[in-house]
Amino acid sequence: MNNQSSEAPQIRIYPLGTDGYVLRISDSLTAAANAAAIALAGAAEQLAEAVEVAPSLTSVLVRFDPSVTMRASFVAKLEALIRSFEAAEYEPQRRWTIPVCFDHAAAPQLAEVSALTGLSEAELVANLCGAKLSVLALGFAPGQPYIGILPQAWDIPRQTALTDAVPTGAITVAVRQIVLFANRSATGWRQIGQCAFRPFDLQRAPQVALRAGDEIRFAPIARVEFDPLWADPFGGARLESL
Amino acid sequence: MTQLIVKSGGAHLSVQDFGRRGHFASGISVGGAADPMALCEAAALLGGFGATLEMAGHGGRFSFDQTSEVALTGAPMRVSVDGKPLIWGAVHRIERGAVLDIGAAEKGVYGYLTPRGGIQSEDLLGSRSVQAGAGIGRAIEAGDALAIGGGTAALVKLRQSDRFSGGLIRFVKGSQSHLFNADTFARFEQSDFKRDLRGNRQGVALAFDGEGFTAEGQLSRVSDFITVGDIQMTGDGRPYVLLADCQTIGGYPRIGTVIPADIPKIAQASAGAPLQFQCISLEEADALHFDPQKETQALRRNVEPIVRDPGEIADLLTYQLIGGMIAGDEEWL
Repeated sequence: MNNQSSEAPQIRIYPLGTDGYVLRISDSLTAAANAAAIALAGAAEQLAEAVEVAPSLTSVLVRFDPSVTMRASFVAKLEALIRSFEAAEYEPQRRWTIPVCFDHAAAPQLAEVSALTGLSEAELVANLCGAKLSVLALGFAPGQPYIGILPQAWDIPRQTALTDAVPTGAITVAVRQIVLFANRSATGWRQIGQCAFRPFDLQRAPQVALRAGDEIRFAPIARVEFDPLWADPFGGARLESL
Repeated sequence: MTQLIVKSGGAHLSVQDFGRRGHFASGISVGGAADPMALCEAAALLGGFGATLEMAGHGGRFSFDQTSEVALTGAPMRVSVDGKPLIWGAVHRIERGAVLDIGAAEKGVYGYLTPRGGIQSEDLLGSRSVQAGAGIGRAIEAGDALAIGGGTAALVKLRQSDRFSGGLIRFVKGSQSHLFNADTFARFEQSDFKRDLRGNRQGVALAFDGEGFTAEGQLSRVSDFITVGDIQMTGDGRPYVLLADCQTIGGYPRIGTVIPADIPKIAQASAGAPLQFQCISLEEADALHFDPQKETQALRRNVEPIVRDPGEIADLLTYQLIGGMIAGDEEWL
């Protein structure tokens, strides 16, 4: 029996290395595909043979232990999971409000992004702080969020050359998404702001602050308000339950 | 508790074990020793698994506040104790206060100093492995004193697999292999690469002659999961193979993933070492599955006493206990 309707996304299975599979919902990022990935990860957690499950932007990673589980039987379980999966609307359960500084030192590439998008710097800031955003996935570095989805005008490519280093808390953009850097890092994304919120801190509880699906709001602040926020474990970010 | 004292050395030294699993959803990769085979060698020599001190390129000077047995595995490095040369791939007894001097790698990249009982550093999310760049633990500094488990071990050696000079690397296809057209894929398998000078625990760059290996939609593809062994093509189509401390999500296209059994060979290839790539099926890869317990058991079969001048052996009784000492299967992690 196939209870997948014609509307349902065709989820494809690809190997990732020798002990995992990626269940890919879509090749392009949409809010629906991301919500489906988060929901599918929840469903995959129920598989007894899965030793690890993680959602990404539009896919889910499921790992098995090849010493214990036969590949063919694991793939059959994943296929059954996909057949029975029905994507549902996802409602965020938590909202973070994160203060962000946009002065020149904190936003060295704001002018560049203005030229690429055709939006003025003021429009970019208003846009970023007004958009309905959520944590699409955590990844790349510990606790580090991919946040989106920004309006179409923000569909700019990554740089071909890497910036040597963006600082901790850098708000960077590319392909309608934001990455909020957990650590000083080289990157191909352009920095248009900075916050004092650290997505990961081994000495803090919780060590990883964000979860995939959390709603995110950015609040613009001036440099004089920004600098003291480093003393706060959460960089002045506020968390509300929805 | 017995301590390993770092008299000189620095950021190229880090405490490692097999890494941490189960944190991928939080963006935390497995990490762990760049050459997991070296941990198996140490376990076969010492009779149990324990956290080790990984040394990238060269070692440092070390001493112990109690007489301690240590295994030296992974890339062979120049080593002496109080000026007397030692052999690599073996267990040595370091007298209290003696200076263990570990120099540059003679071949390969990552050498490992594993004390009996393992290094008992703090637990970091279920592992002692440090990923300093990711904010998990910190790099070693001269003057650090690391607690070790201690205990005694027989003075034995083993024959190390030669994984320090490059060679043929096997890989499997992944979610983006089909983005490379048949000609590009074939050219990749036929090309002669060299391990580039650029490399660290996150990955190694490969040098080659000729045009890059590019996929369709190189710069705008949706970021997706990446894993250890992934062969990713950076903006100009140059291959970069991901190692233990790689990120969890990336945007560059990947032609495939090096199988775990060949990770030691790519991590340990010296700069300039020749490398070639061969695509194999998942079923072939399963037959080559890397299981640390099984690798260690296999290595134990070629553990043998260090042949020494009987005149130098201070305690013959201890020496005769070798058979019993290596039968253990403890975990000190």
